Amino acid sequence: MIEVKNLVKTYGSKRAVDGVSFAVQRGDILGFLGPNGAGKSTTMKMITGFLRPDSGTATVDGVDVTADPVAVKRKLGYLPESAPAYGEMTVGEFLSFIAEIRGFRAKDARCTQVDRALALTHLEPVRRQTIETLSKGFKQRVGLAQALLHDPPALILDEPTDGLDPNQKNEVRALIKSMAAQKAVVLSTHILEEVEAICTRVIIISQGKVVVDETPARFRARKPGARLDEIFHSLTRGDL
Amino acid sequence: MKQICPLFRREFLGYFRAPVAYVFLIVFLVGSIFLTFMVSRFFESNNASLDGYFNWHPWLFLFLIPAVGMRLWAEEKRTGTVELLFTLPITTLEAVLGKFLAAWAFLILAILMSFPLILTLGYLGHPDWGVVFTSYLGSILMAGSYLGVCSLTSALTKNQVVSFVLSLFVCLVLVFLGWNIFSGFVSAYLPVWLVDMLANFSFKTHFDPFLKGIVELKDVMFFLSLTVFSLCLNAVALER
Repeated sequence: MIEVKNLVKTYGSKRAVDGVSFAVQRGDILGFLGPNGAGKSTTMKMITGFLRPDSGTATVDGVDVTADPVAVKRKLGYLPESAPAYGEMTVGEFLSFIAEIRGFRAKDARCTQVDRALALTHLEPVRRQTIETLSKGFKQRVGLAQALLHDPPALILDEPTDGLDPNQKNEVRALIKSMAAQKAVVLSTHILEEVEAICTRVIIISQGKVVVDETPARFRARKPGARLDEIFHSLTRGDL
Repeated sequence: MKQICPLFRREFLGYFRAPVAYVFLIVFLVGSIFLTFMVSRFFESNNASLDGYFNWHPWLFLFLIPAVGMRLWAEEKRTGTVELLFTLPITTLEAVLGKFLAAWAFLILAILMSFPLILTLGYLGHPDWGVVFTSYLGSILMAGSYLGVCSLTSALTKNQVVSFVLSLFVCLVLVFLGWNIFSGFVSAYLPVWLVDMLANFSFKTHFDPFLKGIVELKDVMFFLSLTVFSLCLNAVALER
């Protein structure tokens, strides 16, 4: 579904992403791990077509993002880091705008999509509230609702559980897991347990390079008995 | 291009979701009417024309249009919504146009809200309706050019103050070049042909004929081409 080949992005003299390659199939939940600044967000932004890669390609459902970014954007649901949204709009207005620009022009089709997204993310109680008055957890869910709205075949989620309380974290994880069967999901996280809880594959990225690409079970088996963060630390020491 | 519609609507209504629209409309109307009645002496001039109103437009726009334009892109960049916007299925040009047209429509609304002045004029005297019409046309075209410049400078920074000062400066130069007091001053230092040539790049030079009821292709083209040129640069500035 999502195929990434040799993506490279350089900022000034710093090579933020240095030849990252991987593929995600339908049904996969790929956990993207790495220290801050390792290149996770940059890689995701290149897949979504927000940033232009210096070299390499990313394809979604067979469409190359550098050749036809708009077609790729249509197939993707993307939750940017810290879930930006237009704060002066209410949750309902915002999602309705997203639905309209996502091609649901008829009023009832738009309402159906918005209602579905609101129900999935449990946002009905704040439907008429402006986004800037919401707490961080609600804002994060608005971002998630926006990404899920058009029921995309591929999801890119940059730290989807950031800022949520433990109950909400579990809820979002369950939601992602329940949708995963028909979708390809890439999510980045700092929480190693999250990877174990929901991901079918883990990629660790360090200094712009992929250092690990395997199942969570094999990742744990690298050092039997060790804590996950110890394994993580030994793999990403170069970033410190 | 049909993606412009939802964006246009969101942007246009966005002005009214925040106090921006009301503050702007009140300041613009009170300011322009004050200048027309108190400084240009609308009644005492005993003249059935709107010259006293429109002569102030290049100067009023100088401050008020950068105030509208500064937030166009700078705010999106600061709050991170630019990432959301450019991962929706729209092209950069559509986004630029949608935002520009919404802001322009808002400015046109502000200009047309001076209609009680026309009613007064028609009640008290016999104005030349052709001149009234061309004056409005000229003002609307000129507002588009100001806004194009402001939209461009807004795309260059994520700081609204920088954007405001930058667009104020560029517009100031574009007004001054055609202001007879300024050109009288510089013609002491520069050859006359150069001063005349520079005056051709001024808003005022191309706006004044409209106030006399003259609609010349070169003046219309000046405003339109300046607008299109700045919007193209705007789209280029947003490519990452």
